[in-house]
Amino acid sequence: MSSFFTFLINGISLGSIYAIIALGYTMVYGIAKMLNFAHGDVIMVGSYMVFLSMGSLGLPPVLAVLLAVVVCTVLGITIEKIAYKPLRKASPLAVLITAIGVSYFLQNAALLFFGANTKMFTSVISLPAISLAEGQINITGETQVTIIVCIIIMIGLSLFIKKTKAGQAMLAVSEDKGAAELMGVNVNGTISLTFAIGSALAAVAGVLLCSTYPTLNPYTGSMPGIKAFTAAVFGGIGSIPGAFVGGILLGIIENLSKAYISSQLSDAIVFSVLIIVLLVKPTGILGTKISEKV
Amino acid sequence: MKKERIAKSTKSTWITLGIVVVAYVIMQTLAETGVLSSLVKGLLVPLCTYAIMAVSLNLTVGILGELSLGHAGFMCVGAFASAFFSVCMKESLPAGPRFFLALLIGILAAALSGFLIGIPVLRLKGDYLAIVTLAFGEIIKNLVNVLYVGRDENGFHFSIKDVLSLGMGKEGKVLINGAQGITGTPKDSNFTIAAILLFLTLIIVLNLVNSRSGRAIMAIRDNRIAAESIGINITRYKLLAFSISAGLAGMAGVLYAHNLSTLAAQPKNFGYNMSIMILVYVVLGGIGNIRVSMIAAVILTLLPELLRELQDYRMLIYSIVLIVMMLFNWSPKAKEWREKYSLKRFLGKKAAKEEA
Amino acid sequence: MALLEVKNLGISFGGLRAVDSFEINIEKGQLYGLIGPNGAGKTTVFNLLTGVYKPSDGKVTLDGKNITGARTTQINQAGIARTFQNIRLFKELTVLENVKAGLHNNHPYSTVEGILRLPRFFKVEKEMDQKALELLKVFDLDKEADYLASNLPYGKQRKLEIARALATDPKLLLLDEPAAGMNPNETRELMDTIRFVRDKFEMTILLIEHDMKLVSGICEELTVLNFGQVLAQGKTQDVLNDPQVIKAYLGE
Repeated sequence: MSSFFTFLINGISLGSIYAIIALGYTMVYGIAKMLNFAHGDVIMVGSYMVFLSMGSLGLPPVLAVLLAVVVCTVLGITIEKIAYKPLRKASPLAVLITAIGVSYFLQNAALLFFGANTKMFTSVISLPAISLAEGQINITGETQVTIIVCIIIMIGLSLFIKKTKAGQAMLAVSEDKGAAELMGVNVNGTISLTFAIGSALAAVAGVLLCSTYPTLNPYTGSMPGIKAFTAAVFGGIGSIPGAFVGGILLGIIENLSKAYISSQLSDAIVFSVLIIVLLVKPTGILGTKISEKV
Repeated sequence: MKKERIAKSTKSTWITLGIVVVAYVIMQTLAETGVLSSLVKGLLVPLCTYAIMAVSLNLTVGILGELSLGHAGFMCVGAFASAFFSVCMKESLPAGPRFFLALLIGILAAALSGFLIGIPVLRLKGDYLAIVTLAFGEIIKNLVNVLYVGRDENGFHFSIKDVLSLGMGKEGKVLINGAQGITGTPKDSNFTIAAILLFLTLIIVLNLVNSRSGRAIMAIRDNRIAAESIGINITRYKLLAFSISAGLAGMAGVLYAHNLSTLAAQPKNFGYNMSIMILVYVVLGGIGNIRVSMIAAVILTLLPELLRELQDYRMLIYSIVLIVMMLFNWSPKAKEWREKYSLKRFLGKKAAKEEA
Repeated sequence: MALLEVKNLGISFGGLRAVDSFEINIEKGQLYGLIGPNGAGKTTVFNLLTGVYKPSDGKVTLDGKNITGARTTQINQAGIARTFQNIRLFKELTVLENVKAGLHNNHPYSTVEGILRLPRFFKVEKEMDQKALELLKVFDLDKEADYLASNLPYGKQRKLEIARALATDPKLLLLDEPAAGMNPNETRELMDTIRFVRDKFEMTILLIEHDMKLVSGICEELTVLNFGQVLAQGKTQDVLNDPQVIKAYLGE
């Protein structure tokens, strides 16, 4: 029972990371109606930033994380300006392929700068583990911080969208770009802001990911990116609570199936659950149904 | 007038097929006269394989209009089903009939899995369909990686744990060894076979597109509700297109498997990365344009190889080329610019004058 | 017995009763109009008749066959074809191919025959081309046969939709605002075409239209729909002079 609890907590922690990444996917999807395949690789860039600034520059963890957030934010905005903005009216497939191009670019640029060798990442978190149930359950500092950070981000983001003008503008743009523009919303600025927030979150997710699973190479972001994308769809793409629910559930399912069924099959199980959910509810758990008017 | 119409589509088909034949003859002659480096020679079969993948994916993405990110999964099914058969029959059948049967098995296995996956999946639309096909591709790869099959005097043994749990006798031989896959597949494919299969793929897809069923498929793509209103059976034609597309990807898998002695399902050959790469060929080549997607597959497979001298920079350059090409092809500004300075326009004007 | 018999047809969306106890009888060869203010539920009736929506209650009989709740595809095969208020053409197909898609079920050959280019492929495709061109000629579209459907001007797109619907060889043709967006000349021309189609193909036609000139010009009988319910029904002139109808259209 206690081991189940440990697996569950670890699952929630992994799920929190997925949720933070999924937020970036879902916000960008909601607003730009595009699948930003390069999102996973921004995570990787953020992790390298932390790795380098702590290792080579000797910065304290907090500063290193801040630096990574800044770099990723700038990166996200730049990518949007150069690669996606010119294609805003093009077919979604064209944008998808461009995003894939950006993803290749980031991976190979990282390969060139940092080499193919897997680096050992030092955790940025030095919180002691909590022992429960007479030492049978151990919750590491990384797990605690990850879960707390995820909750803070969720609450902060929800408040931002509900309470601020910029947040309302984001909602308006995601509802109807043209109408929002007519109402005086700065659409380009709003899209940039969305990419900025998404990429900043990706940097945070990257640090948390590499602190929990301390290996780093140019492809580190790829699979978690795909999983988080799955989580976003799972929860209902475009929906912020959906990304949260989808991410957490995905993390739990993955960890429990690794523990109790087969570690090699855990990905297959995660994807099977996604498929089943989508077949029952074609727009995800919290997605809204859109029917075509005839 | 009516004759002209059938003739027109037939002519375009002949041109496409002609390109394949000419390219084959040139490459084969170059290979035989020893002009080609062994590197390029080694690429001939993969080139055909990826061209088949691109053409078959174009059937799903361009003609049926559904985004699939799991095409490599069907290639995986075809590769493993056929390689398994060929390894089993290595001693009992001569190469020719063995490969022919392996080909049939690979195609049928992939088409069947396409059909079975298509039944639930094709109800979804757009990005949801994309993620579910991606998920299926990953599941297939994952399942193949935990599959152990062996054979001894008592017959076949299966396991999804490890070799030991196969519980075979002393004489037992492992045929599929989990993540290590299948070793010792006979190298039954060659450039000629690959070119013939590409040729067949083109005939199947182009003739399908220019027929009653192809029209139904494209009608569904353009407007599902209108297609229903004129009595077209949506499910049937979606499944038809999806299964044929999967079957052809299976055929590419057979080629792939019989060109290597070791077959293992890895992210880079059967993962979503491969599916995405094929999608890149299709989109760059022009969604729905069968001929150009084939050419794009060939060029984009060759490009990184030709850039090999640049070593570490080659994939970086590849990615930049990809982004720039997408921007050039699709951005409204670039479109304007091209229309202004396009060669076609000059030629078009001239032709129009001559006609007048 | 009437060609189309509809009894007590109704549907609710959430709490809203969009169409309620709708009844209509259309005789073979009739030109019948369905009119009513915006939002009265006219297109919803079309969607119910063609299986886009499943009716909550009621019964639809076409030529003696119960088609209530059948799927769109089956209903078309049973003999109802339609056009759409917001034009729905196969945009990336040519004008000719649009009509040939409509011929899909009546001129079959198998996928394998198509892929292998067996003799039947050439024979049936030739038949289809002839038939499609004949239809296009009726609508004066034969010169544009090889244009992409999306390149046609608006009025011609509407006509192409009718040609495509006719290609399925229906017993009953439903036209959803065929004159929408047309100028008076085009509308007059369209009226002639609709009459011609009725006479040449012995077609039964039910149409939704706001253009009263068209309605009073060609429809023999009318049903007026208001708030999802039948307000009046009968001979065109009687219905149009009904004070209740006038009130519904002009307001109090």
